[in-house]
Amino acid sequence: MLQILILSGKGGTGKTTVASSFIKLNQAKAYADCDVDAPNLHLVSGQFPEKQDRDYFGLPKAVIDQDLCNGCNRCYEVCHFDAIVVKDGHYSVNPIACEGCSYCMHVCKANAITMHDEPAGLLHLYTRSDEHFSTATLLMGSGTTGKLVTEVKKQLEGAKETAEVAILDGSPGIGCPVIASLSGVDLALMVAEPSLSGISDLKRVVQSAKQLKVPVAVMVNKHDTNEAICSDIETYCKEEGLPFVGKVPYDTEAVRAINEGKTLIEIESKGSEAMKDAYYKTLQVLKEYKGL
Amino acid sequence: MATDRIIAVLSGKGGTGKTLVSVNLAACAENATYIDCDTEEPNGHLFLKPTITEQKTIFSEKPVVDQSKCTACGKCVKACAFNALALVGKNLLIFNEVCHSCGLCSAICKQQALVQQQYPIGSVVQGTSKTLQFYSGQMNIGESSAVPIIKELLKKTHEGIVIIDSPPGSGCLVTETIDHADFCLLVAEPTIFGAHNLAMVHELVTLMGKKCAVLLNKTQAGANPSEEYALKHNLKILGSLAYDEHLAQLSSNALLACEEEEQYRQFFSNLLKEVLDASDSHTQR
Repeated sequence: MLQILILSGKGGTGKTTVASSFIKLNQAKAYADCDVDAPNLHLVSGQFPEKQDRDYFGLPKAVIDQDLCNGCNRCYEVCHFDAIVVKDGHYSVNPIACEGCSYCMHVCKANAITMHDEPAGLLHLYTRSDEHFSTATLLMGSGTTGKLVTEVKKQLEGAKETAEVAILDGSPGIGCPVIASLSGVDLALMVAEPSLSGISDLKRVVQSAKQLKVPVAVMVNKHDTNEAICSDIETYCKEEGLPFVGKVPYDTEAVRAINEGKTLIEIESKGSEAMKDAYYKTLQVLKEYKGL
Repeated sequence: MATDRIIAVLSGKGGTGKTLVSVNLAACAENATYIDCDTEEPNGHLFLKPTITEQKTIFSEKPVVDQSKCTACGKCVKACAFNALALVGKNLLIFNEVCHSCGLCSAICKQQALVQQQYPIGSVVQGTSKTLQFYSGQMNIGESSAVPIIKELLKKTHEGIVIIDSPPGSGCLVTETIDHADFCLLVAEPTIFGAHNLAMVHELVTLMGKKCAVLLNKTQAGANPSEEYALKHNLKILGSLAYDEHLAQLSSNALLACEEEEQYRQFFSNLLKEVLDASDSHTQR
């Protein structure tokens, strides 16, 4: 199973629009939404007869037993995350700030601090005959998302034998969820937007992928909103030796498609043909990288 | 009307127009402060073109092992909640990418073989753009957590109106960014994607006890699921910005709409007033 991850650096460039179209065109047997902070792929993936939910536990959180706490202040002094709250001489933990390192527990001489597992979200695995779709719901305020992304990807392992290609919808940015999503993928397709912000963000996410030795391809969405910057992006790709797999025009119809729960290639849109071209070129690039 | 106010602009979904709204609101407010907390992909500087007066490198502490002192007892490996340490034979390996810089390993090492060293993870710049105070942070490529950079950006207190340009999502970076905000302006797109992510950040800001209201962006003919969500949940809608090719052009070229077009100056000045009014009221939670 080869994995294509859709990234962008900047948000809102059309990652999910591209991912959902590619899933349809590929009749993909395995796909996942790695944007656990703001997942949307399930909204355009149709109905699934079967759904399995599983609790996701992040890192444990510290809890202070008020009866045992003697107010020595050691926990407050050692916490690197400002998670210990002192109010009127009472010590407690802000669970949103606590990262679960247990430093406080180790220094508490009164044994007042214990670590507790707390559910941080739900993993969902949807199936429709041999189709597998993995996604998750993050519990608000539970913080670090990289580990949840890794769990979302692991859920596709069951489709390893049947799926040729897995399509992963990524998240914006370049931080921990993106790094977790990049690990082990065969190609990162960057969906760029022709704006000065878009080109700046594209360069940072391309460098992030390169650092992790993940091959990169680039496409531009809404290319006609700024043709001059679009051609700057093409020039940048040439200079960097990055395969440029296509450009899709802006179409207000895309909004209608999304709101009807459809992908861009299922409606009459001026972007549909360009999206198909980008898909075939992406597969070609993937095969070339893999020497297939 | 009190004007000392911290306003965070966020959206959950990326690309809804957080930076467009933040920079224009800041530019319409005299003597305000703009802070770009989207440290993974900062863009505010492209619009505000500040003169940078100060730059500071931000460090995180990461452990370094002195192999001559290490007895390979494995206590640190066992204690690390993030699996950032491993013993291979007698050699202690440290994985900086997953280290959360909590400092526990050094503290519990009886041999004092683990020393915390400063490790650069990004930078913070300070400057001015016309009457505006400008702050922005940037995380180094390959780093995983920008939390210390955001903490540094928000450490100082400022007089007057502070506009915070938040990162996308609803995870730890956003939580950190809006922690000290008096008011959250939620920017939403007219799609079911926009509405779903609006619901997520609405839940987050409610959990954190923040006042908030919505700005509808890129509206067009047809249904607006974000507007429907706002109405259903009694979320105040402070304005609606229609999709406009000209505005999209200005933004793509990183130009300030409020300086280029009178209609946008009026729109954002009015929005600023609405935001300040809404953050004054105690009813909207």
